[in-house]
Amino acid sequence: MSGTRAVIAGIGHTEFSQNSGRSTLQLAAEASRAAIIDAGFSPDEVDGTVTFSMDTNDELALIRTIGVPMLRFCARTRGGGGGASATIQLAAAAVESGQADAVLVYRAFNERSAHRFGQPVQANPDPVWNWASPFSLNTPAKVYSLTFQRYMYEFGLTNEDFGRYTVVARDWASTNPNAQFFERPITLQDHQDSRWIVEPILRKLDCCLESDGGVALLITSAERAADHGADAVPILASSAIQLEGGHEMFAYYHEDLCEYPEGRVLGELLYRQAGITAEDIDVAMIYENFSPIVFLQLESFGFCGRGEASDFIKDGHIGRGGSLPVNTNGGLLGEGYIHGMNNIVEGVRQLRGASPNQISGVEHVLVSAGRSGIILGR
Amino acid sequence: MTAVRPPIFDFDDAFFWEGAKDHKLLIQRCGECGILRHPPTPMCANCGSMDNQTAESEGKGTILTWILSQHPTEPDAEPRIVILVQLDEGTRLVSNLIDVAPTHAQTLNDKRVEVCFVDYDGTVLPQFRLAEVQS
Repeated sequence: MSGTRAVIAGIGHTEFSQNSGRSTLQLAAEASRAAIIDAGFSPDEVDGTVTFSMDTNDELALIRTIGVPMLRFCARTRGGGGGASATIQLAAAAVESGQADAVLVYRAFNERSAHRFGQPVQANPDPVWNWASPFSLNTPAKVYSLTFQRYMYEFGLTNEDFGRYTVVARDWASTNPNAQFFERPITLQDHQDSRWIVEPILRKLDCCLESDGGVALLITSAERAADHGADAVPILASSAIQLEGGHEMFAYYHEDLCEYPEGRVLGELLYRQAGITAEDIDVAMIYENFSPIVFLQLESFGFCGRGEASDFIKDGHIGRGGSLPVNTNGGLLGEGYIHGMNNIVEGVRQLRGASPNQISGVEHVLVSAGRSGIILGR
Repeated sequence: MTAVRPPIFDFDDAFFWEGAKDHKLLIQRCGECGILRHPPTPMCANCGSMDNQTAESEGKGTILTWILSQHPTEPDAEPRIVILVQLDEGTRLVSNLIDVAPTHAQTLNDKRVEVCFVDYDGTVLPQFRLAEVQS
Protein backbone atom coordinates (compact mmCIF):
# COMPACT_ATOMS: atom_id res chain seq x y z
CA MET A 1 0.00 0.00 0.00
CA SER A 2 1.33 3.42 -0.95
CA GLY A 3 1.14 6.37 1.41
CA THR A 4 -2.34 7.46 0.49
CA ARG A 5 -5.30 5.41 1.69
CA ALA A 6 -8.72 6.32 0.38
CA VAL A 7 -11.56 6.59 2.85
CA ILE A 8 -15.25 7.29 2.79
CA ALA A 9 -15.34 10.56 4.69
CA GLY A 10 -18.94 11.62 4.21
CA ILE A 11 -22.36 10.16 3.51
CA GLY A 12 -25.56 11.87 2.46
CA HIS A 13 -28.98 10.97 1.21
CA THR A 14 -32.48 12.26 0.70
CA GLU A 15 -35.54 10.49 2.04
CA PHE A 16 -36.47 7.37 0.06
CA SER A 17 -40.00 7.52 -1.27
CA GLN A 18 -42.49 6.58 -3.95
CA ASN A 19 -42.81 10.16 -5.14
CA SER A 20 -40.13 12.71 -4.32
CA GLY A 21 -42.04 15.62 -5.87
CA ARG A 22 -38.85 17.25 -7.13
CA SER A 23 -36.25 16.96 -9.87
CA THR A 24 -33.56 14.29 -9.88
CA LEU A 25 -30.99 17.11 -10.01
CA GLN A 26 -32.37 18.46 -6.76
CA LEU A 27 -32.18 14.98 -5.21
CA ALA A 28 -28.55 14.66 -6.38
CA ALA A 29 -27.73 18.12 -5.05
CA GLU A 30 -29.34 17.52 -1.64
CA ALA A 31 -27.55 14.20 -1.17
CA SER A 32 -24.24 15.64 -2.41
CA ARG A 33 -24.32 18.68 -0.17
CA ALA A 34 -25.19 16.46 2.81
CA ALA A 35 -22.24 14.14 2.07
CA ILE A 36 -19.80 17.03 1.68
CA ILE A 37 -20.91 18.65 4.94
CA ASP A 38 -20.93 15.29 6.75
CA ALA A 39 -17.23 14.95 5.83
CA GLY A 40 -16.46 18.43 7.19
CA PHE A 41 -15.63 19.69 3.69
CA SER A 42 -16.99 22.58 1.70
CA PRO A 43 -18.16 22.26 -1.92
CA ASP A 44 -15.19 24.21 -3.25
CA GLU A 45 -12.86 21.46 -2.03
CA VAL A 46 -14.47 18.80 -4.25
CA ASP A 47 -12.44 18.18 -7.42
CA GLY A 48 -13.82 14.88 -8.73
CA THR A 49 -17.09 13.08 -9.37
CA VAL A 50 -18.19 9.52 -10.08
CA THR A 51 -21.63 8.23 -10.96
CA PHE A 52 -23.34 5.54 -13.07
CA SER A 53 -23.39 5.65 -16.87
CA MET A 54 -27.18 5.42 -16.44
CA ASP A 55 -27.45 8.49 -14.18
CA THR A 56 -29.25 11.38 -15.87
CA ASN A 57 -27.68 14.12 -13.73
CA ASP A 58 -24.94 15.76 -15.74
CA GLU A 59 -21.77 16.55 -13.82
CA LEU A 60 -21.71 20.17 -14.96
CA ALA A 61 -25.32 20.69 -13.95
CA LEU A 62 -24.58 19.23 -10.53
CA ILE A 63 -21.44 21.25 -9.78
CA ARG A 64 -23.20 24.42 -10.95
CA THR A 65 -26.01 23.60 -8.53
CA ILE A 66 -23.93 22.82 -5.46
CA GLY A 67 -21.08 25.29 -5.99
CA VAL A 68 -18.08 23.20 -6.96
CA PRO A 69 -15.85 25.56 -8.98
CA MET A 70 -13.79 22.96 -10.85
CA LEU A 71 -13.50 19.23 -11.45
CA ARG A 72 -10.29 17.59 -12.55
CA PHE A 73 -11.56 14.02 -12.42
CA CYS A 74 -14.87 12.82 -13.83
CA ALA A 75 -15.79 9.15 -14.29
CA ARG A 76 -18.80 6.92 -14.72
CA THR A 77 -19.11 3.20 -14.17
CA ARG A 78 -20.82 1.08 -16.80
CA GLY A 79 -24.31 -0.29 -16.57
CA GLY A 80 -26.72 -0.44 -13.68
CA GLY A 81 -26.77 -1.45 -10.04
CA GLY A 82 -24.13 -4.13 -10.47
CA GLY A 83 -21.69 -1.24 -10.62
CA ALA A 84 -22.74 0.38 -7.34
CA SER A 85 -19.54 -0.54 -5.52
CA ALA A 86 -17.47 0.23 -8.64
CA THR A 87 -18.20 3.93 -8.02
CA ILE A 88 -16.16 3.66 -4.83
CA GLN A 89 -13.37 1.80 -6.62
CA LEU A 90 -13.11 4.58 -9.22
CA ALA A 91 -13.16 7.32 -6.60
CA ALA A 92 -10.56 5.51 -4.48
CA ALA A 93 -8.33 4.99 -7.52
CA ALA A 94 -8.50 8.71 -8.28
CA VAL A 95 -7.62 9.68 -4.72
CA GLU A 96 -4.84 7.12 -4.29
CA SER A 97 -3.22 8.02 -7.62
CA GLY A 98 -3.39 11.75 -6.92
CA GLN A 99 -5.80 12.49 -9.78
CA ALA A 100 -8.23 14.05 -7.34
CA ASP A 101 -8.28 15.07 -3.69
CA ALA A 102 -11.97 14.81 -2.89
CA VAL A 103 -14.32 12.81 -5.09
CA LEU A 104 -18.07 13.13 -4.83
CA VAL A 105 -19.92 9.90 -5.69
CA TYR A 106 -23.61 10.39 -6.44
CA ARG A 107 -26.68 8.57 -7.77
CA ALA A 108 -30.17 10.05 -7.88
CA PHE A 109 -33.37 9.22 -9.70
CA ASN A 110 -37.15 9.23 -9.60
CA GLU A 111 -37.28 5.54 -10.32
CA ARG A 112 -40.82 5.09 -8.99
CA SER A 113 -42.62 8.29 -9.94
CA ALA A 114 -40.94 8.64 -13.35
CA HIS A 115 -39.20 5.89 -15.37
CA ARG A 116 -39.71 2.54 -13.63
CA PHE A 117 -37.06 -0.09 -14.33
CA GLY A 118 -39.50 -2.91 -13.56
CA GLN A 119 -41.77 -2.16 -16.51
CA PRO A 120 -41.52 -4.07 -19.79
CA VAL A 121 -39.02 -2.74 -22.32
CA GLN A 122 -40.88 -0.95 -25.08
CA ALA A 123 -38.18 -1.11 -27.75
CA ASN A 124 -34.93 -3.02 -27.55
CA PRO A 125 -32.66 -0.55 -25.78
CA ASP A 126 -29.58 -2.53 -26.79
CA PRO A 127 -28.90 -5.28 -29.41
CA VAL A 128 -28.59 -7.85 -26.63
CA TRP A 129 -32.35 -7.51 -26.04
CA ASN A 130 -32.87 -9.14 -29.47
CA TRP A 131 -32.07 -12.42 -27.70
CA ALA A 132 -34.79 -11.83 -25.13
CA SER A 133 -37.68 -9.47 -25.85
CA PRO A 134 -39.00 -11.09 -29.08
CA PHE A 135 -39.40 -14.23 -26.96
CA SER A 136 -41.39 -12.36 -24.27
CA LEU A 137 -38.47 -11.93 -21.90
CA ASN A 138 -39.11 -8.23 -21.45
CA THR A 139 -38.92 -7.31 -17.76
CA PRO A 140 -36.08 -7.59 -15.24
CA ALA A 141 -38.23 -9.97 -13.17
CA LYS A 142 -38.58 -12.37 -16.09
CA VAL A 143 -34.99 -11.97 -17.26
CA TYR A 144 -33.62 -12.88 -13.82
CA SER A 145 -36.23 -15.58 -13.17
CA LEU A 146 -34.87 -17.58 -16.07
CA THR A 147 -31.67 -18.17 -14.08
CA PHE A 148 -33.42 -18.47 -10.70
CA GLN A 149 -35.63 -21.30 -12.03
CA ARG A 150 -32.62 -23.54 -12.66
CA TYR A 151 -31.29 -22.76 -9.18
CA MET A 152 -34.65 -23.72 -7.63
CA TYR A 153 -34.83 -26.88 -9.73
CA GLU A 154 -31.34 -28.07 -8.86
CA PHE A 155 -31.63 -27.49 -5.14
CA GLY A 156 -35.33 -28.26 -4.70
CA LEU A 157 -36.29 -24.78 -3.51
CA THR A 158 -39.68 -23.11 -3.53
CA ASN A 159 -40.71 -19.47 -3.38
CA GLU A 160 -41.12 -19.89 0.40
CA ASP A 161 -37.36 -20.27 0.65
CA PHE A 162 -36.90 -16.89 -1.02
CA GLY A 163 -39.61 -15.47 1.24
CA ARG A 164 -37.48 -16.18 4.29
CA TYR A 165 -34.96 -13.65 2.99
CA THR A 166 -37.67 -11.02 2.56
CA VAL A 167 -38.96 -11.60 6.09
CA VAL A 168 -35.46 -10.88 7.44
CA ALA A 169 -35.03 -7.79 5.25
CA ARG A 170 -38.39 -6.42 6.36
CA ASP A 171 -37.48 -7.10 9.99
CA TRP A 172 -34.33 -4.99 9.67
CA ALA A 173 -36.32 -2.30 7.80
CA SER A 174 -38.97 -2.21 10.50
CA THR A 175 -36.54 -0.59 12.95
CA ASN A 176 -34.81 1.72 10.44
CA PRO A 177 -36.52 5.13 10.29
CA ASN A 178 -35.01 5.77 6.81
CA ALA A 179 -36.67 2.65 5.42
CA GLN A 180 -39.83 2.88 3.35
CA PHE A 181 -41.02 -0.18 5.29
CA PHE A 182 -40.21 1.32 8.73
CA GLU A 183 -42.44 -0.28 11.37
CA ARG A 184 -43.92 -2.67 8.81
CA PRO A 185 -42.44 -6.14 9.41
CA ILE A 186 -44.01 -9.11 7.67
CA THR A 187 -44.52 -12.81 8.30
CA LEU A 188 -43.75 -15.56 5.84
CA GLN A 189 -47.50 -15.86 5.33
CA ASP A 190 -47.69 -12.18 4.32
CA HIS A 191 -44.99 -12.92 1.77
CA GLN A 192 -46.87 -15.93 0.48
CA ASP A 193 -50.05 -13.84 0.22
CA SER A 194 -48.42 -11.26 -2.07
CA ARG A 195 -49.25 -11.62 -5.74
CA TRP A 196 -47.16 -13.53 -8.22
CA ILE A 197 -44.88 -11.62 -10.57
CA VAL A 198 -43.35 -14.72 -12.22
CA GLU A 199 -45.11 -17.81 -10.86
CA PRO A 200 -43.75 -19.93 -9.17
CA ILE A 201 -40.48 -18.03 -8.80
CA LEU A 202 -41.02 -14.43 -7.73
CA ARG A 203 -43.80 -12.75 -5.79
CA LYS A 204 -44.22 -9.02 -5.40
CA LEU A 205 -42.40 -9.10 -2.07
CA ASP A 206 -39.35 -10.69 -3.69
CA CYS A 207 -38.84 -7.57 -5.79
CA CYS A 208 -36.87 -4.49 -4.82
CA LEU A 209 -38.70 -1.35 -3.94
CA GLU A 210 -38.71 0.96 -6.95
CA SER A 211 -37.84 4.26 -5.31
CA ASP A 212 -37.23 7.96 -5.69
CA GLY A 213 -34.18 9.35 -3.94
CA GLY A 214 -30.55 10.30 -3.99
CA VAL A 215 -27.40 9.04 -2.28
CA ALA A 216 -23.93 10.60 -2.22
CA LEU A 217 -20.59 9.81 -0.61
CA LEU A 218 -17.38 11.80 -0.33
CA ILE A 219 -14.13 9.89 -0.92
CA THR A 220 -10.81 11.43 0.04
CA SER A 221 -7.49 10.45 1.61
CA ALA A 222 -7.19 9.37 5.23
CA GLU A 223 -4.96 12.39 5.88
CA ARG A 224 -7.39 14.93 4.41
CA ALA A 225 -10.32 13.32 6.18
CA ALA A 226 -8.47 13.58 9.50
CA ASP A 227 -7.61 17.23 8.82
CA HIS A 228 -11.31 17.92 8.34
CA GLY A 229 -12.37 15.99 11.42
CA ALA A 230 -14.38 13.47 9.40
CA ASP A 231 -15.56 10.18 10.88
CA ALA A 232 -13.86 8.35 8.04
CA VAL A 233 -14.14 4.69 7.10
CA PRO A 234 -11.17 3.16 5.22
CA ILE A 235 -11.75 1.37 1.91
CA LEU A 236 -9.74 -1.82 2.47
CA ALA A 237 -10.54 -3.40 -0.90
CA SER A 238 -12.45 -2.57 -4.05
CA SER A 239 -12.94 -4.29 -7.37
CA ALA A 240 -15.32 -4.54 -10.31
CA ILE A 241 -15.46 -7.74 -12.36
CA GLN A 242 -16.57 -8.07 -15.97
CA LEU A 243 -16.23 -11.55 -17.47
CA GLU A 244 -15.96 -12.31 -21.17
CA GLY A 245 -19.08 -14.47 -21.13
CA GLY A 246 -20.98 -12.09 -18.89
CA HIS A 247 -23.98 -9.95 -19.70
CA GLU A 248 -25.46 -7.19 -17.59
CA MET A 249 -28.72 -9.02 -16.95
CA PHE A 250 -28.69 -12.11 -19.15
CA ALA A 251 -26.53 -14.52 -17.15
CA TYR A 252 -27.34 -17.44 -19.42
CA TYR A 253 -24.13 -18.28 -21.18
CA HIS A 254 -21.68 -19.33 -18.48
CA GLU A 255 -21.13 -22.99 -17.67
CA ASP A 256 -22.84 -23.35 -14.30
CA LEU A 257 -26.17 -21.50 -14.18
CA CYS A 258 -26.38 -22.09 -10.42
CA GLU A 259 -23.28 -20.05 -9.76
CA TYR A 260 -22.61 -16.32 -9.84
CA PRO A 261 -19.13 -16.39 -11.43
CA GLU A 262 -18.50 -12.64 -11.15
CA GLY A 263 -19.23 -12.87 -7.44
CA ARG A 264 -16.85 -15.77 -6.90
CA VAL A 265 -13.98 -13.97 -8.67
CA LEU A 266 -14.85 -10.71 -6.93
CA GLY A 267 -14.87 -12.33 -3.49
CA GLU A 268 -11.45 -13.89 -4.02
CA LEU A 269 -9.99 -10.58 -5.17
CA LEU A 270 -11.51 -8.53 -2.36
CA TYR A 271 -10.46 -10.91 0.41
CA ARG A 272 -6.91 -10.99 -0.96
CA GLN A 273 -6.73 -7.19 -1.19
CA ALA A 274 -8.02 -6.75 2.35
CA GLY A 275 -5.93 -9.65 3.71
CA ILE A 276 -8.96 -11.31 5.27
CA THR A 277 -11.32 -14.23 4.62
CA ALA A 278 -15.10 -14.61 4.46
CA GLU A 279 -15.09 -15.50 8.19
CA ASP A 280 -13.77 -12.02 8.99
CA ILE A 281 -16.79 -10.24 7.49
CA ASP A 282 -19.04 -8.99 10.30
CA VAL A 283 -21.85 -7.46 8.22
CA ALA A 284 -22.61 -8.10 4.55
CA MET A 285 -24.55 -5.62 2.45
CA ILE A 286 -25.72 -7.57 -0.59
CA TYR A 287 -27.38 -5.98 -3.62
CA GLU A 288 -30.78 -7.51 -4.18
CA ASN A 289 -32.96 -6.48 -7.07
CA PHE A 290 -34.77 -9.77 -6.35
CA SER A 291 -34.49 -11.94 -3.25
CA PRO A 292 -32.87 -15.02 -4.92
CA ILE A 293 -29.81 -13.00 -5.94
CA VAL A 294 -28.88 -12.89 -2.24
CA PHE A 295 -28.73 -16.68 -2.22
CA LEU A 296 -26.34 -16.80 -5.18
CA GLN A 297 -24.11 -14.14 -3.63
CA LEU A 298 -23.99 -15.75 -0.17
CA GLU A 299 -22.67 -18.85 -1.89
CA SER A 300 -20.28 -17.18 -4.33
CA PHE A 301 -18.71 -15.06 -1.58
CA GLY A 302 -18.01 -18.19 0.45
CA PHE A 303 -20.39 -17.55 3.36
CA CYS A 304 -21.90 -20.97 2.73
CA GLY A 305 -21.52 -23.77 0.21
CA ARG A 306 -23.16 -24.27 -3.17
CA GLY A 307 -26.89 -24.74 -2.72
CA GLU A 308 -26.68 -24.06 1.02
CA ALA A 309 -27.95 -20.47 1.16
CA SER A 310 -31.51 -21.55 1.83
CA ASP A 311 -30.50 -23.45 4.97
CA PHE A 312 -28.08 -20.66 5.93
CA ILE A 313 -30.98 -18.20 5.95
CA LYS A 314 -33.43 -20.67 7.53
CA ASP A 315 -30.93 -21.24 10.35
CA GLY A 316 -31.02 -17.54 11.23
CA HIS A 317 -27.51 -16.54 10.20
CA ILE A 318 -28.45 -13.31 8.41
CA GLY A 319 -30.96 -11.84 10.86
CA ARG A 320 -30.80 -10.31 14.33
CA GLY A 321 -28.30 -12.16 16.47
CA GLY A 322 -27.06 -14.14 13.47
CA SER A 323 -23.45 -14.90 12.59
CA LEU A 324 -23.57 -12.73 9.47
CA PRO A 325 -26.14 -9.93 9.62
CA VAL A 326 -27.10 -9.12 6.02
CA ASN A 327 -28.62 -5.85 4.76
CA THR A 328 -29.15 -4.36 8.19
CA ASN A 329 -30.91 -1.31 6.72
CA GLY A 330 -33.57 -3.57 5.21
CA GLY A 331 -31.75 -3.68 1.89
CA LEU A 332 -33.22 -2.73 -1.44
CA LEU A 333 -36.40 -4.64 -0.63
CA GLY A 334 -36.95 -2.95 2.72
CA GLU A 335 -35.22 0.43 2.81
CA GLY A 336 -35.34 1.53 -0.82
CA TYR A 337 -33.75 0.92 -4.18
CA ILE A 338 -31.25 3.66 -4.91
CA HIS A 339 -29.44 1.33 -7.28
CA GLY A 340 -27.47 -0.21 -4.40
CA MET A 341 -25.89 3.03 -3.21
CA ASN A 342 -27.92 3.15 0.02
CA ASN A 343 -26.32 -0.16 0.99
CA ILE A 344 -22.90 1.54 0.95
CA VAL A 345 -24.25 4.23 3.30
CA GLU A 346 -25.40 1.52 5.73
CA GLY A 347 -21.97 -0.15 5.53
CA VAL A 348 -20.37 3.14 6.58
CA ARG A 349 -22.89 3.59 9.39
CA GLN A 350 -22.17 0.10 10.76
CA LEU A 351 -18.46 0.95 10.98
CA ARG A 352 -19.15 4.34 12.52
CA GLY A 353 -21.39 2.73 15.12
CA ALA A 354 -24.27 4.81 13.81
CA SER A 355 -26.67 2.30 12.27
CA PRO A 356 -30.25 2.21 13.54
CA ASN A 357 -29.63 -1.55 13.70
CA GLN A 358 -26.10 -1.34 15.05
CA ILE A 359 -24.19 -4.63 15.29
CA SER A 360 -21.60 -4.65 18.05
CA GLY A 361 -17.89 -4.91 17.33
CA VAL A 362 -18.06 -4.46 13.56
CA GLU A 363 -14.60 -4.46 11.97
CA HIS A 364 -15.22 -5.51 8.37
CA VAL A 365 -18.20 -4.86 6.12
CA LEU A 366 -18.59 -6.29 2.64
CA VAL A 367 -20.71 -4.21 0.28
CA SER A 368 -21.44 -6.33 -2.78
CA ALA A 369 -23.28 -5.26 -5.88
CA GLY A 370 -22.72 -8.71 -7.36
CA ARG A 371 -20.04 -7.85 -9.88
CA SER A 372 -18.54 -4.94 -7.99
CA GLY A 373 -17.69 -4.87 -4.34
CA ILE A 374 -15.82 -3.16 -1.56
CA ILE A 375 -14.63 -4.13 1.88
CA LEU A 376 -14.80 -1.34 4.42
CA GLY A 377 -12.99 -1.62 7.71
CA ARG A 378 -11.67 -0.01 10.80
CA MET B 1 -52.35 -15.02 -32.51
CA THR B 2 -49.54 -14.20 -30.13
CA ALA B 3 -48.14 -10.73 -30.73
CA VAL B 4 -44.37 -10.49 -30.53
CA ARG B 5 -41.98 -7.60 -30.22
CA PRO B 6 -39.84 -7.77 -33.38
CA PRO B 7 -36.05 -7.77 -33.12
CA ILE B 8 -34.23 -4.62 -34.20
CA PHE B 9 -31.29 -6.16 -35.94
CA ASP B 10 -28.04 -4.77 -37.17
CA PHE B 11 -24.91 -5.78 -39.07
CA ASP B 12 -23.85 -8.33 -36.52
CA ASP B 13 -27.03 -10.34 -36.13
CA ALA B 14 -29.06 -9.82 -39.32
CA PHE B 15 -27.98 -13.26 -40.60
CA PHE B 16 -29.79 -14.95 -37.72
CA TRP B 17 -33.14 -13.30 -38.48
CA GLU B 18 -32.74 -13.67 -42.23
CA GLY B 19 -32.01 -17.35 -41.64
CA ALA B 20 -35.13 -17.68 -39.50
CA LYS B 21 -37.20 -16.35 -42.42
CA ASP B 22 -35.80 -19.26 -44.47
CA HIS B 23 -36.57 -21.64 -41.57
CA LYS B 24 -32.91 -22.14 -40.76
CA LEU B 25 -31.46 -21.89 -37.27
CA LEU B 26 -28.05 -20.36 -37.92
CA ILE B 27 -25.16 -20.16 -35.51
CA GLN B 28 -22.25 -17.83 -36.14
CA ARG B 29 -19.11 -19.82 -37.00
CA CYS B 30 -15.60 -18.42 -37.31
CA GLY B 31 -14.37 -18.99 -40.88
CA GLU B 32 -10.82 -19.23 -39.54
CA CYS B 33 -10.85 -21.39 -36.41
CA GLY B 34 -14.36 -22.83 -36.68
CA ILE B 35 -15.57 -21.84 -33.20
CA LEU B 36 -19.34 -21.40 -32.85
CA ARG B 37 -20.68 -18.38 -30.98
CA HIS B 38 -24.00 -17.00 -29.84
CA PRO B 39 -25.03 -14.23 -29.30
CA PRO B 40 -23.11 -13.10 -32.40
CA THR B 41 -20.10 -10.79 -32.29
CA PRO B 42 -18.30 -9.06 -35.17
CA MET B 43 -14.91 -10.63 -34.39
CA CYS B 44 -13.80 -14.05 -33.21
CA ALA B 45 -12.57 -13.66 -29.65
CA ASN B 46 -10.53 -16.84 -30.06
CA CYS B 47 -8.44 -15.95 -33.13
CA GLY B 48 -9.31 -12.37 -34.07
CA SER B 49 -10.77 -13.31 -37.43
CA MET B 50 -13.62 -11.30 -38.92
CA ASP B 51 -14.41 -13.99 -41.46
CA ASN B 52 -17.82 -14.59 -39.96
CA GLN B 53 -19.58 -17.62 -41.41
CA THR B 54 -22.62 -19.51 -40.24
CA ALA B 55 -23.42 -23.12 -39.47
CA GLU B 56 -26.94 -24.45 -39.73
CA SER B 57 -27.97 -26.04 -36.46
CA GLU B 58 -29.68 -29.41 -36.44
CA GLY B 59 -32.15 -27.65 -34.15
CA LYS B 60 -31.96 -30.26 -31.43
CA GLY B 61 -31.24 -29.41 -27.85
CA THR B 62 -32.09 -29.55 -24.17
CA ILE B 63 -34.02 -27.12 -21.97
CA LEU B 64 -31.69 -25.81 -19.28
CA THR B 65 -34.16 -23.50 -17.61
CA TRP B 66 -37.58 -22.00 -18.33
CA ILE B 67 -40.32 -19.70 -17.11
CA LEU B 68 -43.94 -19.04 -17.90
CA SER B 69 -44.06 -15.45 -19.11
CA GLN B 70 -47.21 -13.48 -18.50
CA HIS B 71 -47.74 -9.75 -18.40
CA PRO B 72 -51.35 -8.68 -18.43
CA THR B 73 -50.76 -5.11 -19.57
CA GLU B 74 -48.64 -5.93 -22.61
CA PRO B 75 -49.49 -6.53 -26.25
CA ASP B 76 -47.82 -9.92 -25.91
CA ALA B 77 -49.95 -10.66 -22.88
CA GLU B 78 -50.72 -14.19 -23.95
CA PRO B 79 -48.78 -16.58 -21.72
CA ARG B 80 -45.67 -17.98 -23.37
CA ILE B 81 -43.14 -20.47 -22.13
CA VAL B 82 -39.64 -19.01 -22.36
CA ILE B 83 -36.81 -21.52 -22.50
CA LEU B 84 -33.04 -21.42 -22.49
CA VAL B 85 -31.94 -24.13 -24.90
CA GLN B 86 -28.57 -25.86 -24.89
CA LEU B 87 -28.16 -26.77 -28.54
CA ASP B 88 -26.37 -30.03 -29.32
CA GLU B 89 -23.80 -27.96 -31.25
CA GLY B 90 -22.81 -26.33 -27.93
CA THR B 91 -24.25 -22.81 -28.03
CA ARG B 92 -27.29 -21.62 -26.10
CA LEU B 93 -30.21 -19.48 -27.06
CA VAL B 94 -33.38 -18.07 -25.57
CA SER B 95 -36.56 -19.16 -27.33
CA ASN B 96 -40.09 -20.36 -26.65
CA LEU B 97 -41.62 -23.80 -26.22
CA ILE B 98 -44.87 -24.19 -28.14
CA ASP B 99 -47.57 -26.84 -28.33
CA VAL B 100 -47.53 -27.52 -24.59
CA ALA B 101 -49.99 -26.18 -22.05
CA PRO B 102 -49.01 -22.66 -20.93
CA THR B 103 -48.76 -23.57 -17.28
CA HIS B 104 -45.99 -23.40 -14.73
CA ALA B 105 -47.19 -26.66 -13.17
CA GLN B 106 -44.95 -29.00 -15.11
CA THR B 107 -41.31 -30.04 -15.23
CA LEU B 108 -39.50 -29.03 -18.37
CA ASN B 109 -35.89 -28.87 -17.24
CA ASP B 110 -33.60 -31.20 -19.18
CA LYS B 111 -36.36 -32.10 -21.69
CA ARG B 112 -35.24 -32.66 -25.28
CA VAL B 113 -36.57 -30.17 -27.83
CA GLU B 114 -36.55 -29.62 -31.59
CA VAL B 115 -36.69 -26.36 -33.50
CA CYS B 116 -39.57 -25.19 -35.64
CA PHE B 117 -40.36 -21.78 -37.12
CA VAL B 118 -43.41 -19.63 -36.53
CA ASP B 119 -44.39 -16.50 -38.42
CA TYR B 120 -45.89 -14.04 -35.93
CA ASP B 121 -47.41 -11.42 -38.18
CA GLY B 122 -44.26 -11.07 -40.29
CA THR B 123 -41.70 -11.79 -37.58
CA VAL B 124 -40.35 -15.31 -37.99
CA LEU B 125 -38.97 -16.72 -34.76
CA PRO B 126 -37.22 -20.01 -34.15
CA GLN B 127 -39.42 -21.83 -31.64
CA PHE B 128 -39.18 -25.28 -30.10
CA ARG B 129 -41.42 -28.28 -29.54
CA LEU B 130 -40.82 -31.18 -27.21
CA ALA B 131 -38.96 -33.93 -29.08
CA GLU B 132 -40.90 -37.12 -29.66
CA VAL B 133 -38.04 -39.15 -28.28
CA GLN B 134 -36.94 -38.04 -24.80
CA SER B 135 -33.58 -39.76 -24.44
